[in-house]
Amino acid sequence: MSIDLEQFHETFFEESFEGLDIMESGLLELEQGEVDLENINTIFRSAHSIKGGSGTFGFTSVAEFTHDMETLLDQMRNGERQVSVPVVEILLGSVDVLRNMLNAIRDGSDIDVDNVAEMTVAIKGILGEESSATEVAVSQPVSVAAKGWLVQFKPAVDIMKTGNDTVRLLRELNSLAETAEVTVNNESLPPLSELDPEDCHQSWSINLIGGEVSEDDIREVFAWVDDECELTIESLADEENYVGPERRDDDRRQKEPERRRTERRTSKPAESSSIRVNISKVDELINMVGELVITQSMLSRFGEDEEFNASTIERLKDGLAQLEGHTRELQESVMRIRMMPISFAFQRFPRLVHDLSSTFDKKIELIMTGESTELDKTVLEKIGDPLVHLVRNSLDHGIESPQARIEAGKSETGVIELSAFHQGGNIVIQIKDDGAGLNKDKIITKAKEKGLVANGERLSDDQIYDLIFRPGFSTADVVSDVSGRGVGMDVVRRNIRELGGAVEVKSKPGEGSVFTIRLPLTLAILDGQLVGIGNETYILPVISIIESLQVKSENINAVAGNAEVYRLRDEYIPIVRLYNIFGIEPVSTQLESGLLVVVEAEGKKIAIYVDDLLGQQQVVIKSLETNFKKIEGLSGATILGDGTVALIIDIAGLIELYQKDMANVVPIKGGGLAA
Amino acid sequence: MTETAEEISAHDASNEFKELLTFFLAGEEYGVDILRVQEIKGWDSVTNIPNTPEYIRGVINIRGSIVPIIDMRLRFNLEKKEYDATTVVIVLNVVNDGKSDRTMGVVVDAVSDVYNVPIDDVKASPDFGTAVDTEFVTGLATIEEKMIIVLDIDHMLNAAELAVIDQISE
Repeated sequence: MSIDLEQFHETFFEESFEGLDIMESGLLELEQGEVDLENINTIFRSAHSIKGGSGTFGFTSVAEFTHDMETLLDQMRNGERQVSVPVVEILLGSVDVLRNMLNAIRDGSDIDVDNVAEMTVAIKGILGEESSATEVAVSQPVSVAAKGWLVQFKPAVDIMKTGNDTVRLLRELNSLAETAEVTVNNESLPPLSELDPEDCHQSWSINLIGGEVSEDDIREVFAWVDDECELTIESLADEENYVGPERRDDDRRQKEPERRRTERRTSKPAESSSIRVNISKVDELINMVGELVITQSMLSRFGEDEEFNASTIERLKDGLAQLEGHTRELQESVMRIRMMPISFAFQRFPRLVHDLSSTFDKKIELIMTGESTELDKTVLEKIGDPLVHLVRNSLDHGIESPQARIEAGKSETGVIELSAFHQGGNIVIQIKDDGAGLNKDKIITKAKEKGLVANGERLSDDQIYDLIFRPGFSTADVVSDVSGRGVGMDVVRRNIRELGGAVEVKSKPGEGSVFTIRLPLTLAILDGQLVGIGNETYILPVISIIESLQVKSENINAVAGNAEVYRLRDEYIPIVRLYNIFGIEPVSTQLESGLLVVVEAEGKKIAIYVDDLLGQQQVVIKSLETNFKKIEGLSGATILGDGTVALIIDIAGLIELYQKDMANVVPIKGGGLAA
Repeated sequence: MTETAEEISAHDASNEFKELLTFFLAGEEYGVDILRVQEIKGWDSVTNIPNTPEYIRGVINIRGSIVPIIDMRLRFNLEKKEYDATTVVIVLNVVNDGKSDRTMGVVVDAVSDVYNVPIDDVKASPDFGTAVDTEFVTGLATIEEKMIIVLDIDHMLNAAELAVIDQISE
């Protein structure tokens, strides 16, 4: 058996983490008092698979730890143990410990042994092994006599064909006891000429001596092959009766460093990431490729034998149109492979809310909707942290304490709603709470304190709320370990902006706040408006464009000399001369001879002056950072139909550049942009 | 490719050979490790990148990747020259410590030749005598009575990028 198991590690970890998520959500349901046998079974199965897998891959510490969890779950499953809140809490804790262990093994770092020992004690405590449990922590080497077991193991002839390996079983047995004397019985072995190498004709008798081994432990080893072997387990002479747990523990501690070393060697830091794709998406893709091949072969006929005339040109056109359709569909199918349901990001919240509500002594109900909304995998991975931050924030600052809620005439239990849906080619995620809402006065006072707002400056409600996204802003009176360090919201906004999205907040005093995150469906493709400035072509994301208009001179107003604003209906919008900011030679500097494109990002509007509008097309976004670096005001580049490169403008970044530019010329206070 | 390059530098002390691609820049001949050369192509128009130093000419599309193009004359503060028929872009694979490799193009006056140089023959450069900042020079090699300046492209092109960051963050 020289199969390199390492190649399966990535899958093992992936499946184990999935299993942990399943266990976690199952346990949370249990905690809410919904005792459902099927649910317990699901949790048990996940634990069992993790144990089995980790045993197979030699992650013994994980297997041992899971074993205790499994025992506990098994008792719950058999109805031997009541499902109670403390038990579920401990199991939830164990899930965390297990997750940490798996992370540590995957990254090749050290397992937090103390943490594991602590949890093991807790589980063992529940399992009624208090005596041993307390001593685990003390851990003093005490010499004890050992008893042993005689195990007779006679596997069925075709045991190998079911994928079980007797060597592995024996190895596992060996790891249980201090010494194992194994005698093999080859009697039933047929002559070599008749031997089928896939059959197993041996049987074994094993003397397990030393170590604290229970009959269950041994049965556990053979659990997978239970119905494929004859197994007898007899206790050896009981003269040396009691086996102290200390011995085993001591033993384990000695083994621990060694074990860790081996585990580290076999795993490498997980850099590669993989994706699980629904088979139907792959089938769809295969179908599309099939269609494409058919179209291609049809088109290739034109190049081979047909003579060109009016009718062939007509058919060629049809074929090309078909090719275009297929290409687009293929593109969409490929994009869909990267799409994953947002539940991957949502699933951690029940646990988070559960933990935090006990930390804060608040009663909170979490409602999640639209979990099946699909989102690009990269976006999904990066949106997790900002979401956690926002939910924590709603929980910490938004929802009031139960007393305060009752005083305010609301129900004692606060509600946090997490929803995801599509809106106009974007994904929208909302975090809504029915708490106290943002405190305008407090925000303004704080902002003035921090110098974010000048005295006497008048701001609209939305502008005030927007202040919480400024760097260094936090209104929490006490810095808690959850929020209130003032690094939160600006980081949230920055992360979301990096994904090409935006976040805004609406709030009503006494009724709660809503944080709305808008994200692009995918990071890879964008609907672009091509604009010409001098000899250059730039691309504006269509999604940010509000309107394009021809300039009427009477609507241009100059402010403080250098800044210009355009009056559009009843709004004044700053005019951004792109050629100035990007240092391009324009066709004309006369606003009347070009066009203004009014764009919006994060509630701010600007009118970009361009020479010409060139057309709209879907563009594939290429990163400038791969070979170069991030350039302010640009979100990437793309390749146009003629093979040349065009740069894509990042509207939010451009607004910042413009503000910086203005600040250099005439110092103006922040918030000078039309909202 | 990278591995081979690293292997070679690892065996610096031994009697191994290094293949150099040489090019001309303002009358002097420079060499780069040929294993780093991805391709050589004629000068074609580029897309300008706003707010970058003059020596970053812009970006081009090489089979779907966006590749920045750097003018070596401008990078080394040499006299500007109109691009002509011999002007070429050498597309290089740049290794950046700890980060993924990048592809970058450099504009040079003309390509010259490929030489096999014993690694020991590359002598450390004195602190003067060339227009190029010695910090980017691995050493000097003498081939057929000519001096060739061997460039440390990783250092040079990563430093070129750093310069941009400095300028913007000012």
